[in-house]
Amino acid sequence: METKIEIKHLYKIFGDDPQTMLQKVRDGVSKDELNDQYNHVLGLSDINLKMPAKGIQVVMGLSGSGKSTLIRHINRLIEPTAGEVWIDGENVLSMDEKTLRDFRRNRASMVFQKFALLPHRTVMENTIYGLAIQGMAEKKAEKHASHWIERVGLAGYEDNYPGQLSGGMQQRVGLARALATDADILLMDEAFSALDPLIRTDMQNILLDLQQELHKTIVFITHDLEEALRIGDQIAILRDGEVIQQGTPQQIVLKPKDDYIADFTKDINRGRVIQLKTIMKAPNDKAGPELSGEMLVEDAAQLVTESPSSQARVTDDHGNVIGVVGINDLIRAMARPDIESRLEEL
Amino acid sequence: MEWLTEFPELGRRDLRDFRKGIDQGFKEFTRSYGENIESFFEPLLHFLIWLEKFLLATPWPLFIAFVALVAWLASRSIKIVVGSAISLFLIGFLGMWEDTMSTVSIIIVCTLLCIGLGLPIGILMSRSDRAQGIVTPILDVMQTIPSFVYLIPVVMLLGIGKVPGLLSVIIYAIPPMIRLTNLGIRLVDKEVLEAADAFGASPWQKLTQVQIPLALPNIFAGVNQTIMMSLAMVVIASMIGVTGLGQPVLKAISNQYLAMGLLNGLAIVALAIIFDRISQSYGKRLQSYRRGLGE
Repeated sequence: METKIEIKHLYKIFGDDPQTMLQKVRDGVSKDELNDQYNHVLGLSDINLKMPAKGIQVVMGLSGSGKSTLIRHINRLIEPTAGEVWIDGENVLSMDEKTLRDFRRNRASMVFQKFALLPHRTVMENTIYGLAIQGMAEKKAEKHASHWIERVGLAGYEDNYPGQLSGGMQQRVGLARALATDADILLMDEAFSALDPLIRTDMQNILLDLQQELHKTIVFITHDLEEALRIGDQIAILRDGEVIQQGTPQQIVLKPKDDYIADFTKDINRGRVIQLKTIMKAPNDKAGPELSGEMLVEDAAQLVTESPSSQARVTDDHGNVIGVVGINDLIRAMARPDIESRLEEL
Repeated sequence: MEWLTEFPELGRRDLRDFRKGIDQGFKEFTRSYGENIESFFEPLLHFLIWLEKFLLATPWPLFIAFVALVAWLASRSIKIVVGSAISLFLIGFLGMWEDTMSTVSIIIVCTLLCIGLGLPIGILMSRSDRAQGIVTPILDVMQTIPSFVYLIPVVMLLGIGKVPGLLSVIIYAIPPMIRLTNLGIRLVDKEVLEAADAFGASPWQKLTQVQIPLALPNIFAGVNQTIMMSLAMVVIASMIGVTGLGQPVLKAISNQYLAMGLLNGLAIVALAIIFDRISQSYGKRLQSYRRGLGE
C-alpha cells in the first residue's frame, strides 16, 4: 500500500528545556522519571508510523496517551521537539511559514472534538471559512459549500447559527467545512467523541459513505476501540506517548501484542471485525452461498444459518472460490478469546 | 531615639528646589514645544468647532428624529426611541439645547478618538504580554489619579480651551476601552483560534475574522463605559474652558443656583441614559447568535 504520511522518530517533550530532556529520554529515562525528577512531560516518544494513502488510519489511545498531540504534529499546530513528518516527499516540520500556511489551506483540513465553529457565523459562512481563507470569491465559495452542506445532510440549515443546532449537526458543519477545502488529507481529532452513541454511529456511517467515493487520507483519533475497529483500515495504539501496536483491525483483535491490548479487545464483538477469509478452510464440494472473503463474520452468520448445507463458499475479488466456512467456524470466531478456559473451569 | 519618631524627610529647602526644578523643566518644555504641540492639535480643534456648529445649525426636529432613528436601528425598542425623543425635547424646552449640542459634539469626538486610539492599543496588549505589562500600570494611573492633577500640565502646555479639555476627558475615559478590548480578545475561545490556524489563516485574517468579531460584545461594553465616563468628566473639563452643560453647573456651584445646577445636571444624566441604552442594546443585539434552540 502506498504511504501518504510518514512519521519518523517524532518526539515531543513539554517543559522548559525540552532539548536537554530529549537526550535523557534517548538515553532511556522513562516518562515517570522525567515527570518526577525533571518536571518535564513526555508527550510523544520515538513515534514511527506509516499512514496509507486513501485509507483511514486510526490512532487509538486513552486520555493522556498523546494521540491529540500526535495529530497536531501532522499539520504542525504543535512544534515537535525532534523528528520528521513526511507528506508527499516534503517534511512538514521544516516548512517555512508561508509554505506551511499553504499546506494547511489546501492540503490538510481538520475536524475538532468540540467542533470549534465560529459562533457568530451561519452554517454557510462557517462552511466557506476555509475557502475564504484560500481567497476564493464568495459566490463561488458558496456554490461549492452548498454541495458539501447537502452531502452531510444539512440542506435547509444554511442560515442557522451553530448555537441553534444540536451537537451532531454542529459536527456535520465541522465536517462540511473540512471537506469543502478539497484537501486530500483529513485530520479528525476525536471528531465523534462528544456525540451521543446513536448520533456517533450515524456520523461514522456518513464518514464511511463519503470515504467510499472521496478516497481521502484520513487520520482519525479516538479513545473508543469499537469506533477504531469499525472505521479503521489501519490502527495504531498509543500508550504513554509510544506506539505499542499497529496493524489492521483483525490483527489487533486476533493478535494483541500485550496484555494491555488484549484486555481492551476481549469485550469486543469479534464478529464485526473478523473477515471470512481469515477463518476459512480448504474448499470442499458442498453447496452454499458464495460470499466475499472480506465479508464480516457477523454478516455471514445469518446467511449461512439459512443455507441447507450450513456452510458458505468464500470467494476472492474475481469471484473464484478460495475456501469454505461452516456455521461452527463462524460461532467459534465470534466467541470471546477466554471462553475456552472458562469452559474448563465449569 | 529621635530618628524613630521624626521621619527622615528631605530638608525644606531641598524639597522646594526639587519641586522648582520640575516646574522649571516643564515650563521650559512648554516654552519650546508648546506651540508645536498646539498646532499639532489644530485639526482636532477645527473638527470640534465644525461639529458643534453643524449640530447647532441642524434644525432641532431633525436632530431629535435622527437620534430616534439611530435608537431604533440599534435597539429595535419603541420604548427607547420614545424615551430618547421626549428627554431631548424636554432638554430643549428647558433652554439647554445649545449647551447640550456642545456637550454632544465633544462626547462624539471624544468617543471616536477613544475608539480610534483604544482599539489598536487594546489589540496590541492582547497580543503581547510585555505590552500588557507596560500599559496596565499606565491605565491604573490614568484611572486613579485625581483629574485635577493632570489638568495642571495640560493647561500649562495648551492653555485653556476646547482641546485641553478634550484631552483631559480622553485621559479619563479611554482606559475601559483599552482594557475591555484586551480582555475581549484574550477571552476568545482557544479552540476556535486553533481551528483558524488549522485552516491556514494568517495573523491578520485571524484578527479580523475571528478575534475582533468574537470580542465585539466586550469591545462594545468598553465603548459604552467610555461614553459614560466622558459624560461624567464634562463638568470637570468645563473648568478649563470646555463649553457645554458643564459650565452652567460650574456657575451654579459658585453662585448657589440650585435649580440651574439641578436642571443641567439632569440633562447630563438624560444624555447618559440615552447613550447608554442605545449602545447597550446594540451590544446585546450583536450577540443574538448566542441564543440557542433551548432558550
